[in-house]
Amino acid sequence: MGEAIVITSGKGGVGKTTTSANLGTALALMEKKVCLIDTDIGLRNLDVVMGLENRIIYDIIDVIIGRCALKQALIKDKRFDHLYLLPAAQTSDKSDLTTEGMEKIVAELKPEFDYIIIDCPAGIEQGYKNAVAGADKAIVVTTPEKPSVRDADRIIGLLEQEDIEPPKLIVNRIRNHMVEDGDMLEVDEIVQVLSIDLLGIVADDEQVIKASNHGEPVAFQPNTKASIAYRNIARRILGESVPLMSFEDQKGMFSRLKKLFSKSK
Amino acid sequence: MIGNKQIITIKGTREGLSLHMDDACSFEELLKELEEKLAANRIDSADQIVGVHIQLGNRYLEKEQEELLCRMITSKQRLRIESVHSEVITKQAAIEWKEEAEVKAVSRVVRSGQVLEVKGDLLLLGDVNPGGCVTATGNIFVMGNLLGIAHAGKDGNTDAVIAASYMNPTQLRIASYISRAPDHETDGVYMECGHIDDEQQKIIIDRLQAVVRKRPGISSFERRMLNG
Repeated sequence: MGEAIVITSGKGGVGKTTTSANLGTALALMEKKVCLIDTDIGLRNLDVVMGLENRIIYDIIDVIIGRCALKQALIKDKRFDHLYLLPAAQTSDKSDLTTEGMEKIVAELKPEFDYIIIDCPAGIEQGYKNAVAGADKAIVVTTPEKPSVRDADRIIGLLEQEDIEPPKLIVNRIRNHMVEDGDMLEVDEIVQVLSIDLLGIVADDEQVIKASNHGEPVAFQPNTKASIAYRNIARRILGESVPLMSFEDQKGMFSRLKKLFSKSK
Repeated sequence: MIGNKQIITIKGTREGLSLHMDDACSFEELLKELEEKLAANRIDSADQIVGVHIQLGNRYLEKEQEELLCRMITSKQRLRIESVHSEVITKQAAIEWKEEAEVKAVSRVVRSGQVLEVKGDLLLLGDVNPGGCVTATGNIFVMGNLLGIAHAGKDGNTDAVIAASYMNPTQLRIASYISRAPDHETDGVYMECGHIDDEQQKIIIDRLQAVVRKRPGISSFERRMLNG
């Protein structure tokens, strides 16, 4: 029986879709059977990031209103035989997607797959509720900025009311030099405020943008910072204990001293 | 026998008149005698207004009855009702009273967008995150980081205080007073307590020890019972 994990954040643009695509890919790289579900009706992106846009015939709404069978709507990834995508609808009526419909789809997928990754739309309205409905676990994505952390806090509060495990946190798009200058929140600070377990941290990497544009998730690349981070997160999801990546580049004595003094102030 | 006994006894005290009303007769009888008593003593309209304390004994009055009684007294004579005291209250009022005086311990994180409301004092074992809000009709004690909004003495108790292990709130509210964090970023303070300063008429934050001196009754149940 598989596990359904919803990727959510509250705020838009923090990297939910990118995280979903890359975790799906990373899990697939580890020989797991994975199904990605895009629940952002009207603003579907996951198919673009995965490079599967041109293969869409049916979507999630078609499944729900019975226009096709669930199997017909699933798109097989071009790189893996055991990675599938259930795309969101682009033109259909949003209100056709209901929590019951979503629960039914997830329940139907669970016996077939090891992991079902649900990409949640931004916001806390019906779209969010639908995405969470079928999930067993939740991952909250935030960036090291105050508005994003605030919304993550809000969403964690809402998730606590759901019948799922306590959510885990991914801090995305960390720019180390900005954190060091005090212009970005530190990971420890974010974890302390949100008081949930940290699942992983991902550096702000230009490769991620490049990869999204090519429809090829960055997790495929062998050794960029972001791809290693996503693969580490996937390993943690599988239960391995992997130490957090260190962002610190090799530093001279002088800058280390400087840091020491700026801290003791 | 009752006919001989006076239902209402009037006593003059330093605080004004004290009206003792017998609690063994019916309310109608009480009103009747009150009317007679009031009619018997005419007071010149030039006289000073005198304060009246009403002692009801073991009689419980409904709100309408109390209003009726007070209206009768104030309309007939140059009197002003200072207090109405009864030895008994309803169970419901007693429960509310108890709730008001209780310390409610809650263990959770109050997150952005969440509101935690309690009657009486709040003892929160956990943080109040930015965007979160805790309110209490009494005092608020946070064993954790207070980073959001705290509103103590919500129903108007200006003696209420807000204390936290670490305090860096967006807003502190006590009764109808509001103070907010300065516009520049601040570091926050440890083990301090916000309260209303009577001279400055605003909320100030001080060390816990200093506040305890200003609000000596902060932890005593009896004080709150007496104040009602």
